[in-house]
Amino acid sequence: MNPITLAKIALRALFRNRMRTFLSVLGIVIGVAAVITMVAMGEGSKKSIKEQMTAMGTNAITIMPNQSRRGGVQTESSESLEEEDVIAIRENATYINGVSPMVTVGGQAIVGNNNSPTSLSGVSADYLKIRNYEIEDGVMFDDEADRMAKVCVIGQTVVKNLFPDGNPIGKTIRYKSIPLKVIGTLKTKGSGDFGQDQDDVIFTPYQTVMRRFSATTNIRQIYANSIGEGYAAKATEEIMTILKERRNWTKPTDPFRVFTQEEMIQMVTSTSDMLSLVLTAIAGISLFVGGIGIMNIMYVSVTERTKEIGLRMAIGARGKDILLQFLFESVIISLLGGAIGIALGIAASETVKLAMNWPMSVSVTSVVVSFGVCFATGVFFGWYPARKASRLDPIEALRFE
Amino acid sequence: MQSSQPILSVQNLRRDFKMGDEIVHALRGVSFDIYPGEFVTIMGTSGSGKSTMLNILGCMDRPTSGHYILDGQHTETLKRDALARIRSQKLGFVFQSYNLLSRTTAIENVELPLLYNSKVSAEERHHRAIEALKMVGLESRMNHLPNQLSGGQQQRVAIARALVNDPVIILADEATGNLDTRTSYEIMMIFQELHRQGKTIAFVTHEPDIATFSGRTITLRDGLLKKDVINEKVQDAKTAFEALPPPETFDEE
Repeated sequence: MNPITLAKIALRALFRNRMRTFLSVLGIVIGVAAVITMVAMGEGSKKSIKEQMTAMGTNAITIMPNQSRRGGVQTESSESLEEEDVIAIRENATYINGVSPMVTVGGQAIVGNNNSPTSLSGVSADYLKIRNYEIEDGVMFDDEADRMAKVCVIGQTVVKNLFPDGNPIGKTIRYKSIPLKVIGTLKTKGSGDFGQDQDDVIFTPYQTVMRRFSATTNIRQIYANSIGEGYAAKATEEIMTILKERRNWTKPTDPFRVFTQEEMIQMVTSTSDMLSLVLTAIAGISLFVGGIGIMNIMYVSVTERTKEIGLRMAIGARGKDILLQFLFESVIISLLGGAIGIALGIAASETVKLAMNWPMSVSVTSVVVSFGVCFATGVFFGWYPARKASRLDPIEALRFE
Repeated sequence: MQSSQPILSVQNLRRDFKMGDEIVHALRGVSFDIYPGEFVTIMGTSGSGKSTMLNILGCMDRPTSGHYILDGQHTETLKRDALARIRSQKLGFVFQSYNLLSRTTAIENVELPLLYNSKVSAEERHHRAIEALKMVGLESRMNHLPNQLSGGQQQRVAIARALVNDPVIILADEATGNLDTRTSYEIMMIFQELHRQGKTIAFVTHEPDIATFSGRTITLRDGLLKKDVINEKVQDAKTAFEALPPPETFDEE
């Protein structure tokens, strides 16, 4: 029997039991749509993290205190980073061509009636280079000349929020009642996902933040830039040595954690990998349940149509013909469910993307794999009932009431 | 008349069934030949072994011992698929309960056997199905569903289905068993007409008056051949039909 005839027979049988077919298809639809959406969520967040990381600069190195925690409790008081560390790295490291601390204060910037809920980042001039920012207009502040100066450089989102109609250079913004003079604006960098707008930034000299805003000597993070892609490992080693020497560090554990961008990406994506794996597994289970639904319905169908099977055999159908007829039915159910599920999954992903501004990325792989899995589901769960049908004895089957 | 080779030959056919510890001998050594163009009825009461015989003749069951040669081919040792091929190409079945696929039009029911013969194209299939329906006088109803047809019409569709693959023999199993006398005779008219056109027919029945329409009657009893007689006075189904009292008008739908 040729495949087209088989497909016709199968389609007709499925159409005859519309409601039943619809429900079996629905099981697969839900499973596949869930898989597609979950994978899109996982892939999307991974992609956006990678994008953000890359946008930070491929040679960037991050240094932060090594907080050893057990069960969420800090077991050892951590060493803190200080301004002297930044200076030591800047003066001594040979594989580094830029270094900047990062201290932040939360709040909002105000100009007249306009405000912008942007956190204030205290950095040094090197920060632009490390994070691939460029000046659009005006100048970046100078580490020496503008030490503790009440000046700032702002991103385009802040420009839009605070100065909707004019050139912001030379004007003054207020941050926690402290006036800061805008001396430069940044070129737009586009938004990273997760609503993290990379143009929504206000940079000011880190000493300004430390002395005037937060009154602390602690630095949360230090960013550095290695001189080239191959030097990241050497640079991290060198930084660690400098930091330890400054403290005469003798303990076996490192006082700080130093990540290259690559490691940072791995660290963050491994968490998101794990999450998307769990989500996908849960979605996969629903696809499996859908498959069981198909198997169930195929069993009912075989029993119900025993007489038909007997007749077909009596007039010349071989076991193989019967097997294929029922296998076609289950595969059509699963592929139909797969196709609708994929469409629904993509639609759901796009909706989530638009409505909630989540990073969603439907990968071609997930679509192809889902479709393949559907086909396999149809064959796998249809096989047993179909084989049962094909092995019926025509005499017994014809006698079946 | 019986000069040529038999189209069907059973020789010392035995069939045993295991029922728990007991062995039931349904057929205990039956032999007969059927020649091309014969119209044979196989008679017997229930338990005589006629159903078992029909299942073996229909290549749906295999004998425990003995030979069954159909159209020159030994069938005793064939595998399931080979038997299916024989059913598809050499046999035509007519059942007591019609066994039409529901919600499937008459013509599609008739086409069904040809679906399992890959040599027949869709076009030829359609053409042959129409021809078969013409033979039973139902070409005007070919797009009707079984539930839109009367019992007699349904059985005629089933006969067309048995004809469509141009079988060497048509096997009928109590084909008039579910029909009233008038309709039974109408069906027998069709069988007689097919016989006149040269078809070979084996018709299993337990009704003696049906047997009178055939040229030869084989009677089975307790798994043995009891009688095999040539019917000298074949009754014409059309004459018999016309001799029946006319149906009362309110019987008509």
